[in-house]
Amino acid sequence: MAAPDPFLPQPWRVERRRRELIGAVTLELAPLAGERPDFLPGQFNMLYVFGVGEVAISLSGDAERGTAFVHTVRNVGAVSGALTRLEVGASIGVRGPFGSGWPLAEAEGADVLLVAGGLGLAPLRPAVYALLARRERYGRVVIMVGSRSPEDILYRRELEHWRRRSDLEVLLTVDHADADWRGHVGVVPALIPHAGLDPVETLALVCGPEVMMRFTANALLAAGIRPERIHLSMERNMKCAVAQCGHCQFGPFFVCREGPVLRYDRIAGILAVPEI
Amino acid sequence: MESLEDILGRHPFFAGFEAAHGRLVAGCARNVRFAAGQYLFREGDPADEFFLIRHGKVALELIEPGRPPVVFATLGEGEIVGASWLLPPYRWRLAARAVELTRAIGIDAACLRGKCEADHHLGYEMMKRFLPILVERLQATRLQLLDVYGKR
Ligand SMILES: Cc1cc2nc3c(=O)[nH]c(=O)nc-3n(C[C@H](O)[C@H](O)[C@H](O)COP(=O)(O)OP(=O)(O)OC[C@H]3O[C@@H](n4cnc5c(N)ncnc54)[C@H](O)[C@@H]3O)c2cc1C
Ligand code: FES
Repeated sequence: MAAPDPFLPQPWRVERRRRELIGAVTLELAPLAGERPDFLPGQFNMLYVFGVGEVAISLSGDAERGTAFVHTVRNVGAVSGALTRLEVGASIGVRGPFGSGWPLAEAEGADVLLVAGGLGLAPLRPAVYALLARRERYGRVVIMVGSRSPEDILYRRELEHWRRRSDLEVLLTVDHADADWRGHVGVVPALIPHAGLDPVETLALVCGPEVMMRFTANALLAAGIRPERIHLSMERNMKCAVAQCGHCQFGPFFVCREGPVLRYDRIAGILAVPEI
Repeated sequence: MESLEDILGRHPFFAGFEAAHGRLVAGCARNVRFAAGQYLFREGDPADEFFLIRHGKVALELIEPGRPPVVFATLGEGEIVGASWLLPPYRWRLAARAVELTRAIGIDAACLRGKCEADHHLGYEMMKRFLPILVERLQATRLQLLDVYGKR
């Protein structure tokens, strides 16, 4: 079968819908024709709610299992809001997958630190599945997750399940909590100095709001991790997703093509420039 | 048995500290232990002792009248609890509660303030160690204030 025109949304159907948090849902989408294309952890799709618009949403499911595209969406505006309100059976348009994935091949033999802030855990979840699928190829795997409060922790049950595994280390922290919360309180970069990371061995994968990623990158550098071993997933506005329109331009990069996962040493100089 | 001076010397806060200074600080120190739920100090109390955590976890709390206390930070092994002892009027501006069994070294603040006044080299060493911690915490507070994770 010829690959579909990347500009043309294909019809997909909402197979399952799960409410994750207030204003955030996970949708499982099945193709109305053909099969789910392969994707790499870290890639994204363009989801089109007919008559409303199209937005970039990361793949959050297991790339090696299942037949659906899994996406976790937070309602922040017109299109994402319409996505979160879709019912099972609704059809939407899907283009993709697009973009670069997490550098999992490069991570082989290394300790892997995944740092997620808020919904940033969604694009990292396929990377966790991939690391677990070939667990023996990696050293320590440490997952750090920051959320606003205990009620805002995404995939909480799954995180608890991971936490009980002996081959994963999971550290959760929240910005504030009441006295019943027994976990960490504080921002996620504050966990980094206490994780006992071996700076030479560690490769870091970071996803979250940009300001959180900047703070995290600084803490990683302070812990001795080299800038080329730090990878950030950038969320810049997308339109075409195929490097044609320039909407996602970030300095010399088109985030839709070279990104969303970009190496810190390549973007450090432009990360804190307000005009970019 | 291990002396307080040895224990202090191994605490990250005192990394690279001169032995003579270590002895001066150890003279103001004692071992302390807090059960889960016990307060190290409460807002408004005199700030006459601060703590270097050896094991355990301590929550920093602020009270909003009519509401349960809000925890805005937790501190663990290798971290330091309390800075109000450095500045007049030497009163705690927040509460610190042990979340789990916590072992720490308590340092008598009046004793250490006196030694820092008498030996400014010691005072400067203490400041060089405290200031980065305060700046880190200020940065973290800024990030928390931005409330970056939600819908904005
Ligand atoms: C590569 C990539 C992957 C993404 N993955 C996901 C994902 O897995 N899940 C998900 O929910 N979103 C994801 N996003 C973000 C999503 O594309 C935007 O939230 C969406 O475009 C907003 O469109 P809208 O029409 O709903 O809101 P708009 O009407 O365009 O915006 C409404 C408000 O939300 C703000 N806003 C826009 N984008 C964001 C954002 N990313 N975070 C916070 N506020 C924002 C705007 O500034 C505005 O104030 C991703 C974006 C990119 C580029
Ligand atoms: S979204 Fe059009 S160039 Fe990237």
